[in-house]
Amino acid sequence: MAILQPGAEAPEFRLNITPDQTLSLSELRGKPVILTFYPADWSPVCGDQAALYNEVLPEFEKYGAQLVGISVDSAWCHAAFATNRHLRYPLAADFEPKGALARKYGAYREKDGFAERALFVIDEDGKIFWSYLSPVAVNPGADGILEALENLSKRQRKPDDHAQRPNFAA
Amino acid sequence: MTTLKDPISPHDHIQGNEDAPITLLEYGDYQCPHCGLAYHIIKAVQDRYKDRLRFVFRNFPLAQIHPYAEVAAETAEFAGVHKRFWEMHDGIYENQERLSLPLFFELAEEQGLSTIALQRALEGHEFLPRIRSDFLGGVRSGVNGTPTFFVNDARYEGPYTFEDLINAIDARLDATSHAA
Repeated sequence: MAILQPGAEAPEFRLNITPDQTLSLSELRGKPVILTFYPADWSPVCGDQAALYNEVLPEFEKYGAQLVGISVDSAWCHAAFATNRHLRYPLAADFEPKGALARKYGAYREKDGFAERALFVIDEDGKIFWSYLSPVAVNPGADGILEALENLSKRQRKPDDHAQRPNFAA
Repeated sequence: MTTLKDPISPHDHIQGNEDAPITLLEYGDYQCPHCGLAYHIIKAVQDRYKDRLRFVFRNFPLAQIHPYAEVAAETAEFAGVHKRFWEMHDGIYENQERLSLPLFFELAEEQGLSTIALQRALEGHEFLPRIRSDFLGGVRSGVNGTPTFFVNDARYEGPYTFEDLINAIDARLDATSHAA
C-alpha cells in the first residue's frame, strides 16, 4: 500500500501524547505539521532519527511548524523514551486500535505490526503537502522536511494562492 | 546519491594538502563513540594517502543525547581561533572516555591557551553560532547521524572501516586520474 500523496486530505486523529493528554490534528490547523511515523521507540535507527529531529527542532519552529512523532507504542512507553532521550516534541500513541492511524496514511506494515518510517508535511489547511517513505532501516534525515517547509513557505507568499485559502482570522 | 550542499571553504578546519585530489569530510560529534572509533581509522587513512588527501572536520553535535558534545565543540573552535584546532580535536578524541569540563581546561593549558579566555568563550557561547551553522549545513546535505563522511562531494554510504574507506577513496582516485 502506498503512503498518502501530496494534495490528499490529511486524515484527522486524536491520540494520546501522554497517559492523560491527547492531541488532534485539527488543533494544529493554521500551521504546518510534520508527522514522522516510525516503527518503534527504542530501536536503534528510530533513536538516531529522534535525536536528530530533536536537534533540528528550532529550524522546524522557524517555519512555525509542529513536529509530531507517531508509533504503535503506548503513551507510557513514549513517556519513558522521551524522558530517556530528552525529546522536546510530542510522541503520539497509535496504540488502540493498534496502527489505525498509520493505516489511514498508508504507512502500516501489516506483516510486522508496526508503522513504516514515513514522513508527512501537512499544510495549514490540513492537506498533505509532501510525503516520503524511507526504507525501514534507514534514517531519512531532515533535509527533505526542511526543503518541503521551505517550499511551503514560498507558496504561501504568493498573493493569488493566498486568496484561495480560507480566512482563519474571520 | 546525496551530495554536499555547503562546499569546503577557507572557513573550514582543513588538515593536509590544500590541493589534494581527495577531500575526506567528516561530520562528527566529540561524544559519539562511533566518532571516537573513526578517529583512529581516519589517522590511518591520512597516513596512507599523505599529500593526496585533505581531511575536513565539521561539527554535528547531538547535544540532547550527548551532554558534552557541544561544549567540546566550543572548546575545539576556541582553540581553532588560536591555531590549535587540530591539537584540541585530537586531544578530545584521545580522551573521549573522560570528557568533562576539567579535561577541556587541562587540554587548553597543555596547548598554552588561556583558560580564562576559554572560560569566557564557553560562558558566552561565543562559538555556538558557528557550530550550529556546521550542524545545519550538514542537515541540509542529508547528514542524519555521526560520523557521516563525504569523499569529495559525494556522501560516503559504507561502513567506516579502514578497508571500506580506502576502497571508496581508491575508486575516486581512479575516476579522477582517468578523467584527467
